[in-house]
This record gives sequence, structure tokens and C-alpha cells, in this order.
Amino acid sequence: MSLLAASAATARPRTTPRRMAWVLGGLSLLGLLAGLMSGSEGWQLDALSALWQPGHDWHTVVAQIRAPRSLGAWLAGALLGLAGAVAQGLFRNPLADPFLLGSAAGASLGVVLVLAAAALAAAGSSGAWLGEVAEAGVVAAAFAGALGGMALTLLLARGASHTLRLLLAGVVVGVMMTALNDLIVTAVPQALRGRQSFMLGNTAFLGWGSVGWLGLGLLLTAPLVWRLSRTLDALVLGEDSARSLGLDLPRLRTALIAALALATGLAVSQAGLIAFVGLVAPHLVRRCLPGPHGASLLASAATGGVLLLAADVLARSLIAPQELPVGVLTAVLGGGYLLWLLHRRGLAP
Amino acid sequence: MSGGAARWLERWSRRGRRAAAGFVLLAALAGLGLAQAAQTDLRAESVNPSVRDDRGHSLRFDAPPQRVVTLLPSLTEAWCAVGGCARLVGTDRYSNWPASVLDLPKLGGLDDAQVEGIVALRPDLVLAARSTRAVGRLEALGLRVLAFDSDNHAQVRATLFALARVLGDEARGAAAWQATQAQMAQAAQRVPAALRGGSVYFEVDASPYAAGAASFLGQTLHLLQLRNIAGPALGPFPKLNPEFVLRAQPQVVMAAARNTRQMPKRPGWGALQALQQGRVCAFDADTYELVTRPGPRLGEAALALADCLAQLPLPGLPQATPAGPAR
Repeated sequence: MSLLAASAATARPRTTPRRMAWVLGGLSLLGLLAGLMSGSEGWQLDALSALWQPGHDWHTVVAQIRAPRSLGAWLAGALLGLAGAVAQGLFRNPLADPFLLGSAAGASLGVVLVLAAAALAAAGSSGAWLGEVAEAGVVAAAFAGALGGMALTLLLARGASHTLRLLLAGVVVGVMMTALNDLIVTAVPQALRGRQSFMLGNTAFLGWGSVGWLGLGLLLTAPLVWRLSRTLDALVLGEDSARSLGLDLPRLRTALIAALALATGLAVSQAGLIAFVGLVAPHLVRRCLPGPHGASLLASAATGGVLLLAADVLARSLIAPQELPVGVLTAVLGGGYLLWLLHRRGLAP
Repeated sequence: MSGGAARWLERWSRRGRRAAAGFVLLAALAGLGLAQAAQTDLRAESVNPSVRDDRGHSLRFDAPPQRVVTLLPSLTEAWCAVGGCARLVGTDRYSNWPASVLDLPKLGGLDDAQVEGIVALRPDLVLAARSTRAVGRLEALGLRVLAFDSDNHAQVRATLFALARVLGDEARGAAAWQATQAQMAQAAQRVPAALRGGSVYFEVDASPYAAGAASFLGQTLHLLQLRNIAGPALGPFPKLNPEFVLRAQPQVVMAAARNTRQMPKRPGWGALQALQQGRVCAFDADTYELVTRPGPRLGEAALALADCLAQLPLPGLPQATPAGPAR
């Protein structure tokens, strides 16, 4: 650990975890307030009071749509930010994110399979109940798909030790699953509509149910990842060194991958494929808070939450009452900032 | 040239299809010595009609084409509506009306039209949507292609007239369009008085995307005297904020049945009065396909919409919150 401590000391931390927590907490709160106030008619400063008054004209809109939507966007972003930080630490690669390792393509394939099955069933006689099953099944399919995609990537790469092989495998699995996805949609065009909104990411219909799922996911994954952060620190030194420290690498890595798949699968199943949050959030955090994992994992989650929430607020307010696809905005915001960082000072690995 | 003549010229040239004839006519009227040539041109046109598509490309037909491929369901329907059905040798994979086209070879869709299969059928005319990717390739291979848009009623009408012209009988286009219009008028009559002037939300995708007033569906709804909550300023198919729909409280909700089943479960949408009071047109797959197809069956689609409206529980119309803010 002395090496890590040394590297942390020489990395000249720009802020302390405590200050980072205050800033991210403040931004999250600001974002949530903005989320409550912005909607189909632009900005309403008085919308906040409607939240507490059941008789208020805007109560349903604020309490049933804006509140869960804003909270859900933050949670989905947090899960993606956390997943991205875990992936980059686990695979020792600053390019790793949930999407590069096949989990998102897998989740998307799962969703499309269920949509197509539902469409085919609806064409038959017993449509209604299968529709219900399909709706409940989307979450499970996205989760199973995310896990399956990553498992396939790891299988093709023969484990996570060889970074280049891993990235290549992830790209191949992503391409294969996307192609399969396209094939299904060609055969069952009814699934196309559902896929379209899934691919662009959609925060519009996040309700309290979704918030429950996402919150549960964060409650399960964040403490687990926090506990395993020492493993990620040890992995910075390489697998052999980590092993020599007495870590049970296969077991720990499996636990981390399970957390990664759970976080990605849940976020993607509720909000669709939202680009860039998982890649950018850890970079933003590392820039301000270099050093060992742990605090930076949680900060990545909070940063992802703030980023997606900001994108959601912009998506609904820029051309209200119309909306922009939220995934487009995260790509523009996150990607733009990443490019600026690259231009300014290069990225910390 | 005087200002008046310039305005004439401008107005004429706006009518893309007749621009050439317009020029000729104007020249003749101005007595520029081209009268003879103009007459010759017009006479030649009536024998060998030249048909201009929505790209501005003109094709001249010495005789009506005998082997025709259509690459869009609404074009298949339009071609059949003007009496060309017997000349069809192939269609895209989604064309399914009239029933006679079901047995024809299926040649892919907008993005994956089977160029080889189309060429093998040796068509002397291909009818395609302007957005069909294969159009350029087919023309490069020497096929004659007419490409049309069908975004609104005017374009559907223009397509019917153009296709009838291809067959050398413009009256068929007029007849087909008149039949469509008659059905639309009939449909408007069937709309219950209590719903006329009422507001409507037509969902085309669960994201949610609406059929706005500027779309062909919006035009049909307007003819049925319904007020679209997605006004013309929002464009043909706007992606709406779900709370906008809730605030607008449309008196009638229309969508495919697979969407309407989900609506009450969407956050906040349980408070939509139209859902609570059952003023929902939930279309089965066939009807939904009919009403979302911008072709000669627009009238039939309007009748289907009107029939649904006629069956809805009539509102004691608690005059719904206007679409505007009520802060």
C-alpha cells in the first residue's frame, strides 16, 4: 500500500473528500430543485409549494411526474457513474465503461427480445396477459442481458487480466449483440418503436416504482463496492502484486462484476441506454480527487447522478413542451467536457 | 417584365409540377412569338404525359407501364386506387392492401430494399418513398423510378393525380380523391356533437410521441372537428413531455391498444380524465395500421376514427382544464 499512498501524495489532490461531498451534495440538491421546477411550460418557481399541497392544481404533475423523474434520473446516473468507476478500476483501463464491455448491448438485446416476444404474442390470441408479463419481464431481461453480455465478454477475453483482449472482446460482443438486435427488429418490426426510445435513453416515465428499483440497486451496490474498494486499489499494482497481498482475486472480481452488472442492468432497464455518463463521471472525479478508490467511487456515483439529472432538466426545458432525447444531451455534455479535458491537460489514467 | 407578370410567374413556378407548362403558357400570353411552339408542346404532352415526382424528376410515358414495383404500402394502395393493381409485379414487405398484393414477391423495406430482386423482375416503373435508400441505386441500374412524399393530405392527393397521369387517365386520380373526401365528410358527420371541438391526444409512440396538428393524422383529426393538444407549432410528430399531456387533459385519447393498456400505469397519468372515463380509442393492430397509413384509404381511416368516437361514453364534459397554464 505504500506505493499507492505515495502516488496519492504526489498526485497533488485538488480537493478533500469532505469538500467534494459538500459540492456534489449541493449540486444534487440544486438539480433536484430545478427538476421540480422545470417542465412542459418552462420554469415555474412556485411549483415547489405544489409538492406539499394535495389540492394544488400542479400537485399531480410535481408529485407524481417531476419528483420521481428527477430522483430517478439522479439514481440512474449514479448507478452508471458507479458502474463506470468500478469498470475502470477493475479493468485498469480509463476507457472502460458499462457500454464498452457488452453489458449495455446485452441489456438492450434482452429488452428487444422481450418486446419482440410480446409483439408476436399480441399478434396471437393471448395478447393481454403476455403483455403484462412482458412489462414485468423488461427489467429482468435487461438485467439478465447485462450480466450475459459481460459474461460473454469475459469468456472471450479469458478473464479480465489482459486489457487489450478484454476491450476487443467487449467491442466484438457489443457488435454481435447489436447485430442480433437489428436482426430481431427486422423480423419483428413492432419491436422497433420500443427499441428506439430504449436506445436513446428515456427518463420521461420514471415513476416512484422505478425510483424504488433504482434506489434498491444503489443501496445494494454502493456499500458492496465501497467494501471492495481496497481490491481495486490493490489491482492498480497489477494482478500478481494483488495476489501477493493475499487477496482472493477470483472471488473478489466476481463480486465486483456482479455489482457492475447489477448497477448497469438496473439503470439501463429503467432509463434505457444513456451514453457517456459511466465513462465521464469517474474522469471528472479523478481530476478533482486523485488517489485511492473508495471515496472516489462514491463521488463518481454522485457525479453521474448530477450529470444525468442536469441532462434530464435540460432535455425537458430547452424546447418545452417538447423533449430532447436525454441520451443525446449526456453525450453532448459529457463528451464535450471530456474533449475539453483532453485538450487542456490530458487525462489521468 | 412588369410586377404583375412577375407575380404571375412566381405563383406559377411555385406549382412545381406545372411550372414548365406555366412558363410556356405565360410566354404565349405575352405574345413573344412562341405561341406556335407552346401549342406544339402542350399537344405533345397530352399524348405522352410527363409525370414529375416529389424530387422534381420528370418521366415521360409513351404508354402506361406494364410491370410496376411499389416500395411503400401507401404507394401500393395509391397505385391500386387509380386502377393499376393488375400491373404490379412486386411490392415492399409491408404492403398488404388490397388483398391481391399479398401474393406478389416481397422486396424488402425502406432501408433494405432488395435491389437484385427488383431488377430481376424487370419493372418498367418503380414507385418508392423519397426516403427509400435504394432509389439512387435503382436509377443507376437503368430503372425508371418515381419517388413521392406522403406527409400530408395534399401530398397524398398529388400522388394520386400523378399516378393516374402515369396511367394516362387523370380522371381516375380525381375520382379516387373525391371518394376519399366523401368518406371524410361522412366521417365528420358521424362525430357526436358533444365531442366536436373537443381536444384529442393521438399517441404514435410510447416515448411519448404525438401525432401533431401538422401531420396527416392531425389533418384528419382536424376534419373530424377535434382540437389537437399538440398544435401545429410543434411539428408533425413531436416528442412531448408526459406532464404536458396530463396538463392538457385531452377529452379523447387515441393510440394503439398496446399503448393505451400501459397509460394508466405511467407516472401521474392515472389522473387523465379521458382514461378514467373511458374516452379512449384503443386501436387493434389492423385498425392502427389503417389510420397511420397516408394513402387513398385516408377516408376509410377517418371513418374508423369516427366510429370509435361515436362509441365513446359521452362526457358530461366537465370542460377540461384548458391546455394553457392555470397557475
